[in-house]
Amino acid sequence: MASFWSYWVIIITAITFVTVVWVLLANRKDLSQTTDETTGHAHDGIEELDNPLPAWWFYMFVLTVIWGVGYLIIYPGMGNFPGLLGWTSTGQYEREVAAAEERYRDIRDRYLAMPVEEIAADPAVRKMGMRLFSNNCAQCHGADGKGGYGFPNLTDDDWLYGGTPEAIKATLVNGRKAAMPAWRDILGDTGIAEVTQHLLDLNGRDANETQAAAGATHFKTYCVACHGPDGKGNQALGAPNLTNGIWLYGGSEEQIAHTLRAGRNGVMPAFAGTLSEDKIHILTAYVYGLGKQ
Amino acid sequence: MSDEDLIDLQEVAPAEVAEVDLYQRREKIYTRKIEGFYQRLRLFTGWPLLVGYFLLPWLTWDGRQAVLFDLPARKFHIFGLTFWPQDFPMLAFLLIIAAYSLFAVTTFAGRIWCGYTCPQTVWTSIFMWLEQHTEGSRNQRIKLDKAPWSTEKIVKKITKHSSWLFVAFATGVTFVGYFYPIRQLLPELFTLSAGHWQILWTVFFTLATYVNAGWMREQVCKYMCPYARFQSVMFDRDTLIVSYDPNRGEPRGSRKRSVDHRTLGLGDCIDCELCVQVCPTGIDIRNGLQYECIGCALCVDACNSVMDKMEYPRGLIRYTSEHELEGGTTHWLRPRIIGYVVVLALMVGVFSYNIVNRIPLELTVIRDRNQLYVTTDTGAIDNIYTLRLANMDQKAHEFDITVTGIPGATMIGETSHTLDGGEVRTLTLRVRAEAEDLDKPNTPLEFTVTARGMPSIRVTSESRFMKPL
Repeated sequence: MASFWSYWVIIITAITFVTVVWVLLANRKDLSQTTDETTGHAHDGIEELDNPLPAWWFYMFVLTVIWGVGYLIIYPGMGNFPGLLGWTSTGQYEREVAAAEERYRDIRDRYLAMPVEEIAADPAVRKMGMRLFSNNCAQCHGADGKGGYGFPNLTDDDWLYGGTPEAIKATLVNGRKAAMPAWRDILGDTGIAEVTQHLLDLNGRDANETQAAAGATHFKTYCVACHGPDGKGNQALGAPNLTNGIWLYGGSEEQIAHTLRAGRNGVMPAFAGTLSEDKIHILTAYVYGLGKQ
Repeated sequence: MSDEDLIDLQEVAPAEVAEVDLYQRREKIYTRKIEGFYQRLRLFTGWPLLVGYFLLPWLTWDGRQAVLFDLPARKFHIFGLTFWPQDFPMLAFLLIIAAYSLFAVTTFAGRIWCGYTCPQTVWTSIFMWLEQHTEGSRNQRIKLDKAPWSTEKIVKKITKHSSWLFVAFATGVTFVGYFYPIRQLLPELFTLSAGHWQILWTVFFTLATYVNAGWMREQVCKYMCPYARFQSVMFDRDTLIVSYDPNRGEPRGSRKRSVDHRTLGLGDCIDCELCVQVCPTGIDIRNGLQYECIGCALCVDACNSVMDKMEYPRGLIRYTSEHELEGGTTHWLRPRIIGYVVVLALMVGVFSYNIVNRIPLELTVIRDRNQLYVTTDTGAIDNIYTLRLANMDQKAHEFDITVTGIPGATMIGETSHTLDGGEVRTLTLRVRAEAEDLDKPNTPLEFTVTARGMPSIRVTSESRFMKPL
């Protein structure tokens, strides 16, 4: 059935070409037998002149027909015939992308050779980084990088997995997967409430003292393994600092309790397959610089 | 019926039907040179335009070319003003004004645009002048074309075409010079180090000028220009046209100068056909108004020179109106003209006002849509916005951003930015509002950007602030 439509197009195009040429040539001779340069008929007393068309105009028509035939031989147009040049719009797109990559790779490779700390403040890097950020990161982390519910703020000093260039790059390349377990079954409702109060206490907020004391004990049993002895966090594991008032999933009592009950498995996608090495390097420098501002 | 009354049958061959080729080779027009008032007038209309065209790209302003249409950078400089693509509606308006003034002038005085200022006419006149000075007068040129090839003919033809190509090249280079700095273009062309686009367009406009003014000439006016065809819509009985006065001239015929032609029953036209010989479009104006007539008044000057020699009054062919030819007087001030002038004055006024009061600043606001809102720990609501600021002025300004529409709203991020002339900057801002201050889930708010110290440079853009339902 596919070839039917191909033939449909070919035949109609061919017939049109032949018709056009015939119309052109058939009108060469004036057989109206009039001698006064009119077409011989009148409408409402208005006559129509029948002056010759200039020869150069006729030759231009002929040229366009020749051009049309030539065009359809080298470019696709006659049904499924791909044309002698093998041109496709996808091919043109791919060539344009490759040309752009060539042009910009030199720029990015220059920066790839330099360490992140050195280029983080470079205005060109910040501009390129901002555009890459808008395209790849802003959807989750916000256009200004200050994050939101479940998406870390990249402009502050608080880093879950580390704020060194190496750590940031590792986050970008491999992604991250949070592993906060759900404590509902182990602690039960009372235990969750007690740990919540302890956390509020740790942050200098109003807390129920009895519950907080019990919570501290639970904390030593279950939480310090990941979050560290003082709850200051462990960047090797991506365990947040629980004492600095920065809550990725909200700092209200109910939200903290929810985190404890249900756990958290936040995902940062890996960009190794999406972005080339030089782009990741620029992004690393940009994000590193965001934290510094 | 007897046999003598019958008419003999005769074989009659059917009349020969003349076959006319409808694609006709044009006949070359050899115009005769004539001096006269209107030809001198054309010098005053043509030369200022030519000088302006060739000189403008060479003027400088603030270290760059004063008039430069920088297509790759999409900035169009005209002296102290730089227009961006956002200003295109102004260009459209300007073109509308230009077209409208053309119609107004046509209703008033016919095709004087064609005869006195159209580039096709101006350049054809230059080429005709060069032709006259290399190949000779009309009769000499006709003879030369008929003569067999000789050294003299070759030399003359080469000189003519070289001079044509030289003028065409100057024209082409100047045209490209409006789009690419001409002071760079010329040396680059001559050292063959120009980019291929520059070379391509210079060659194109050189060839186009050469073909149009050297070969095509009246073919452009007769077949390609739409103005020739719709002029009759704009003419009325009081429009000034070049016309032969048949009341004075007919019946035409040759006569001795000493004789009083009226006693012979002859009109003023001596049928010298000078008016036909000088016509660049190859018509006989005595046949009446024709679409080919470009109103150049060569026939007027030609006939006047003959009238002078015959000691008849001038004006057998003159600028006149249908009304006047019929015996009335031309109504100069009529409703149509007044209407055109009033509308034109209004449009020019509005356009000038817009140019003078143009605000060279543009603001676009895009709200983050992936996170409609962010709830902070303290219960405040944040919305994140990306702002695009374009400083369309030629010098730097410091801009301050403010937001209105939500009581107590604050902005987190840098709200003061210095932009260079022509700089476009993308920046992000977070607007924070308390939940109590927002009564609707979707509240309109307005961003205002003002240039510090210049309150007239101020733009606003509306956006929305979202909060949880």
